[in-house]
Amino acid sequence: MRAPPSVGASGLFVGFLKIGLSGFGGVLPFARRMIVDKQQWLTEHEFLDVLSLSQFLPGPNIVNVSIVVGRRFAGVRGAIAAFAGLMLMPLIIVLALATLYAEVAQIAAVRGALSGISSSASGLILATALKLSRPLKQRPWQIAICVIAFVAIALLRVPLFWTLLVLCPLSIAIAWWRRT
Amino acid sequence: MPAIDRDRLVEANLIPPVLAELAGQFLVLSLLSIGGGNAIIPEIHRRAVDVEHWMTDADFAQMFALSQAAPGPNVLIVSLIGWKVAGPVGGVVAMLAMSAPSSALTYAVSHAWERFRDAPWRVVIQQGLAPVTVGLILASGYVLTRAADATWVAYAITGVTLALALATPLHPLWLLGAAAVLGAVGLV
Repeated sequence: MRAPPSVGASGLFVGFLKIGLSGFGGVLPFARRMIVDKQQWLTEHEFLDVLSLSQFLPGPNIVNVSIVVGRRFAGVRGAIAAFAGLMLMPLIIVLALATLYAEVAQIAAVRGALSGISSSASGLILATALKLSRPLKQRPWQIAICVIAFVAIALLRVPLFWTLLVLCPLSIAIAWWRRT
Repeated sequence: MPAIDRDRLVEANLIPPVLAELAGQFLVLSLLSIGGGNAIIPEIHRRAVDVEHWMTDADFAQMFALSQAAPGPNVLIVSLIGWKVAGPVGGVVAMLAMSAPSSALTYAVSHAWERFRDAPWRVVIQQGLAPVTVGLILASGYVLTRAADATWVAYAITGVTLALALATPLHPLWLLGAAAVLGAVGLV
C-alpha cells in the first residue's frame, strides 16, 4: 500500500481547473484520467468508491466528486478550492458564449448551427440513457420502474418531487424484497 | 408582483426578486437531482418553460445547445437558464444554488460512506435508484428532442447521432460538430 499523497488547496484548485476545461458533454472520464493516472491522488479502486458515492447522492456527479476529493485532502478549504477550480472557467466561458450569442443570434447561420447542436446533443443524451439501461435487463422489475419514471416525467409531466417521493421508496422496497 | 413593486425593490437595493426566485428554484432542485445533471433536465424544462414562463421551448433548446458547445460539466445548462432570466449574475446565482445543498450533504456524508462499503442496504438502495435514474435520463432525451426538433432533418440528426453513439466509439464532439455544420448551412 502506497502512502497517501499530500495535496493542498491550491493543488486541488489547479487540478480541478484542468478537469473543468477538459470535457465536452460530460467531464467524468477526464476526471478519472486526471485524478487516477496523472496526479495519482487516488487509486482506481478509491476513485470508483468516490464515484459511486457521488452518483448515489443528489447533485451534479462531478461536483460531488470535487467535494469528496477536496475534503479528503484538505477539509472544507479543499472542498471549496476543488469546486471553485472545477466551475470557474466553464462558468466564465459559457456566460461569455451566451453574451456573444445574444449579439449574433439574428444571424441565420448561427441559429442554425445551434439548432443542429441541440438536435445532435438530444441524441447523445438518449444514447447515454440506453447504454445505462443495459444492466437493467437482468431484472424485469427494474425495467418496469424505469418505464414508469419515463412516463411520469416525460409524458405526464408530473413534478419531479412527487415522482421521486413515490418511485424511490417503491423501487428500493422491491430491491430489498428481491435481494439475494 | 406588479412591475412597480419590483422596480421599487431594485431601487431600494434589496435582492432583485427574480434572483431570489432563481435561487429558490435551484436550491430545491439541487436536493432532487438524483442521477446528476442529465436527469434533472425535464424538471428544469417544466419549471422554466411550463410553470414560470421564463422562456419558450425553442429558447430552452438553444440554451441546452450552448451548454453543450462549451467545455465543462453538463450542469452548466443551469447557469444558462439563470443567464437568460437575469444576466450573468443570474447565471452565477443559479449555478451556486444548484450546487450548494447537494455539496453540503455530500460533504457531511462522505466520511461515513467508507464504513458501509459492504453493507447490504447500500447495494439495495443502489439497485433501487438505478432504474429511476435511467428513466429520468431517458425522459431528458425525450423532452430535449421535442424541444429541439421541428423538422424531419432535425429528427434525422437526433436519430443518426443516437445510432452512431451506440454503435461506434466516435468522440461526441465529431457528432456535435457535424450537426453544427449542417445547421449553419441552413439544412436543419
